[in-house]
Amino acid sequence: MTTELPLVEYDSAARRSSPLAELVELFRYRDLVQMMVTNIIKTRYKRSALGVVWTLLNPLLNMAVLTVAFSSLFSSTLVHYPVYVLTGLIFWNFFTQTTMYAMNTLVWGGGLLKRVYIPRTIFAVSSVGNGLVNLGLSMIPLILIMLVLGHPLHGTWWMMPVAVLLLATFALGVSLFMSTLAVFFTDVVDIYQVFTQALFFLTPIMYPKNILPANLVWLLNLNPLYNLLEVFREPIYLGAIPGNHTLAAAVFSAMAALVIGWWAFTRKADEFAYRL
Amino acid sequence: MLTASEAAPALTASASAQPVIQLEDVSVRYRVPRQRIPSFKEYMIRWLRREVEYNEFWALKGINLEVRQGEAFGVIGPNGAGKSTLLKVVARVLRPISGRVRVRGRVAPLLELGAGFDFELTGRENVYLNGAILGYSRQAISERFERIVDFAGVREFVDAPLRTYSSGMVVRLGFSVATDVRPEVLIVDEVLQVGDAEFGRKSAARIEAFRTAGTTILMVSHNLTAVTKMCARAAWIEHGAVREIGPAGDVVRQYQAGAG
Repeated sequence: MTTELPLVEYDSAARRSSPLAELVELFRYRDLVQMMVTNIIKTRYKRSALGVVWTLLNPLLNMAVLTVAFSSLFSSTLVHYPVYVLTGLIFWNFFTQTTMYAMNTLVWGGGLLKRVYIPRTIFAVSSVGNGLVNLGLSMIPLILIMLVLGHPLHGTWWMMPVAVLLLATFALGVSLFMSTLAVFFTDVVDIYQVFTQALFFLTPIMYPKNILPANLVWLLNLNPLYNLLEVFREPIYLGAIPGNHTLAAAVFSAMAALVIGWWAFTRKADEFAYRL
Repeated sequence: MLTASEAAPALTASASAQPVIQLEDVSVRYRVPRQRIPSFKEYMIRWLRREVEYNEFWALKGINLEVRQGEAFGVIGPNGAGKSTLLKVVARVLRPISGRVRVRGRVAPLLELGAGFDFELTGRENVYLNGAILGYSRQAISERFERIVDFAGVREFVDAPLRTYSSGMVVRLGFSVATDVRPEVLIVDEVLQVGDAEFGRKSAARIEAFRTAGTTILMVSHNLTAVTKMCARAAWIEHGAVREIGPAGDVVRQYQAGAG
């Protein structure tokens, strides 16, 4: 038999808190989220000859460049520098690609919102989904490099799902917040790009944190990405479970970003169709 | 002049039928910054100086109307009167600035056929994508897939990319997805002319079947003859407000007299 379609009722004045209502709607459209993620990957396969290979190659090439430039400089503090830097780059690529992609799909593909109703958060959520697939794929070259260099595959890899979940939560929050701004102002995408570039150098991705004077290391905590990076990298690179302070700070960054982003986005989402 | 409350009862739908579409004092305002302010930087400067000014345009001003179950309701009026905005408000695309819109049941908006079609993907993939955009689950689409493809008449091309389709085929596919399940509410912008003459007949027959089965139809049209023929009641909208509302024949006559 055919599935019964759910009964739908729309009341523009129903003032359930809109952040919650959006969550319910997103769940109702969960199959669309999945299709959008699959389609992003499918179209990338079809359009470029290298396709997914490029996803694997891009961080590797970056790693090679940074290794040539810096590995001798940091060789005393960082064993197997390529592993250190590649882990950081994978983390960083996920964050920047996801947030940029979310902004761009809403600004350029959001015309759909003027034509038909779909939950507005769907663009940011599928962007995170797409980022997660890429992140998973880029673990392959990382593990290969680790095997080649003889870097131990620590038992602490079990932390990975937790670290990735925190990172994804944070990225979703930032994506939602930034795409809200991007709908209203076209230069936000450019400003954001410059901003993340600066942030890249402020985050200890290609250098060890101990190159900072010891009394200034605490300043890194002002960068919400720093603790998330530690939670992501320590289990892979050091084989250590990050300390309680680091974990707590990472959880706080992720939750705060999501709450602020979700709140700001859903508060403004009804205006998008007027502005896009 | 008739107002919504004293409007004559519908010709076909009984007065006891449940209202399916209700608009209470619905207003929609477009706000366009007087000077185009595309940049965040500039906006902040102007905002700090309290210099952000808007041109306001009320596309809808205090619209009241009610469409009962099984009724076909026409909306007529000159260009720019707010007809399309009215449909978008009912289709949930625009949330009104004030007032209340209530719609009971699943809405099939025939405003944008094939919304979200990706021309790089195959016909099959697009049926699923478009179906999901319209709120179907994957399973619900799978169960209806064969019928959708057959109705659109694109069976041989279903695994070819959509960019290889003719524009007629694309529209047919969009129509087939949107109307495969009988919706409770059908929103139609302009009298549908989907594809060739044969498909035009097929699609008109399908809409007629929906109507007989109790679907509520809200249609916007410049074709006054079609409105008189198809609709029990109609509203004449001008400058975002209801000028007349009542039996379609009467409203059309008044509109023709008024618009000269």
